[in-house]
Amino acid sequence: MTSTSATKYETVIGLEVHVQLQTRRKMFCGCSADYADAVPNTHVCPVCMALPGVLPVINEKAVESTVMTALALNCSIPAYSKFDRKNYPYPDLLKGYQISQYDLPLSERGWLEVEVEEQPPRRIGITRVHLEEDTARLTHKTDEAGESYSLLDLNRSGVPLMEIVGEPDLRSPEEARAYLVKLRQILRYIGVSKANMEEGNFRCDANISLRPRGATAYGARVEVKNMNSFRAVENALRFEAERQTRALDAGASITQETRGWVEGEGTVSQRSKEGADDYRYFPEPDLPPVTLTAAQVEAIRAPLPELPDARRRRFEQEFGLPAYEANLLTESRARAEYFERVIAAGAGSGDASRRKRARAAANWMIGDFARLLHASGLEIDDARISPADLCAMIALVEDGAISGTSAKAVFEEMFQSGRAPAAVVRELGLEQISGSDEIAAIVDRVLAANEKPVAEYRAGKQEALKFLVGQAMRESRGRLNAAALTETLTAKLREKA
Amino acid sequence: MSIDRETVLHIAKLARIALTDDEIELFRSQLSDILGHFDVLDGIDTDGIEPTAQILPLENVFAPDVSRPSLPQAEVLKLAPLTDDGYLRVRAVLE
Ligand SMILES: [Zn+2]
Repeated sequence: MTSTSATKYETVIGLEVHVQLQTRRKMFCGCSADYADAVPNTHVCPVCMALPGVLPVINEKAVESTVMTALALNCSIPAYSKFDRKNYPYPDLLKGYQISQYDLPLSERGWLEVEVEEQPPRRIGITRVHLEEDTARLTHKTDEAGESYSLLDLNRSGVPLMEIVGEPDLRSPEEARAYLVKLRQILRYIGVSKANMEEGNFRCDANISLRPRGATAYGARVEVKNMNSFRAVENALRFEAERQTRALDAGASITQETRGWVEGEGTVSQRSKEGADDYRYFPEPDLPPVTLTAAQVEAIRAPLPELPDARRRRFEQEFGLPAYEANLLTESRARAEYFERVIAAGAGSGDASRRKRARAAANWMIGDFARLLHASGLEIDDARISPADLCAMIALVEDGAISGTSAKAVFEEMFQSGRAPAAVVRELGLEQISGSDEIAAIVDRVLAANEKPVAEYRAGKQEALKFLVGQAMRESRGRLNAAALTETLTAKLREKA
Repeated sequence: MSIDRETVLHIAKLARIALTDDEIELFRSQLSDILGHFDVLDGIDTDGIEPTAQILPLENVFAPDVSRPSLPQAEVLKLAPLTDDGYLRVRAVLE
């Protein structure tokens, strides 16, 4: 619950997200779009430097990635689309304008399903997804004489930038965050962008207003900028909702303005760029329109992977996994696909044992596997342990060849070395002890060495049994079958009583 | 079609140009003349003609996603009036 939802106002939020597309070349020229570690002004050519007489050419992959994103966001794709010039006097684009899309974008009218804890999922409208170019990076400085100036690096100028405009359908800062998390997940699933907010290839501006509950007209809205993480977006929106609530409660009106988020301070009014909204859009004369037939759109749709929501539901139904586990497993496409490969490696088994194996695989992947990956700073794609080997190890546990305790050690060794489970089990000497004579011999040793707990157990202290089980496991280095051990132990305790 | 003084001042502001009173009047009349030429178009019968943003019979002119070498940094910097340690230097701008 937000602080405002308890009041008489309803919070109305719409997000604009800019996403750098992962392409080799820039949007309209041949310069490399991968400028992350580049020396300033080394990914620059006459086109992205705006020299007179140059001709931009549309990057085909950027168009495909935008259409693919739009399809994943349930948008419709018009047959005819064009680019426009957005004029503004700011040195982050040397042309004096940005090539963007105004009235005929590549896509429009979609939706994204968003879920906030303990509430039913809600569809948030997507107004449009369009394509434009990123701007150069400006760094503001002051020299010794106190004179301010700006330094310009053109490497980012002209990198393909996709804008996803959302409808003002979000009703809380939490929901805004959930929307962003979901959007990022989809962008990564379909592989169009790294979508990393901290690295600046996923950026978010927010519009927020309040209105009396039950009202249909929107209140004056404030645009909030400079939020560099999901947490910052949520905090900035919460701050702004509270600020507007206080102002309205005090009888003041909200000024329509742009405010910047300053960590530790709040949202701060930014000096307005007077007349900056007069962008004088007009059709880009250097770029012919983009037309897409239904067949072309379907060709772009075809390689779309199963998206997270659909996959999560399928995992729940097909493998009988709880929602929480299905959710974690489908968090990234790589993890979901790894999981499916583990299951596929054990194909041929019946439905019941398939579900059982899926539960075991899910436990390993969410538990020890995730922990070891995290500790070594690896992604699942970098893991040395193959899906088939993980499947084989689960089978060893199922068949009673190794104990659950041993499996942990085996898994860790497999994770480090990438070796097959059977070899690891042999090498570590972890074959399960299942012979009744062997178990009995270990239990006898443990009982002889622990007279006090034995006496306590016989006097009715049940917890003493746990201790004795632990001692026997230690004695056998975890190789005992837990059920067989407990059975033998209790039998012997009873028989000597 | 005639342009008023306020429109000239607005355009000058957007273009970041300072104008004297004489220039305002000069551009007001010149810009009005230019727009006047476009009035000719109003006399053309465009019934049944689809509006278009493009006069060339082209569509879907794309480049494959392959990068090419860029200019050497020195070439880029040479074109700027003021540079600073590999960057182009410009007068301070409002964020
Ligand atoms: Zn370039």
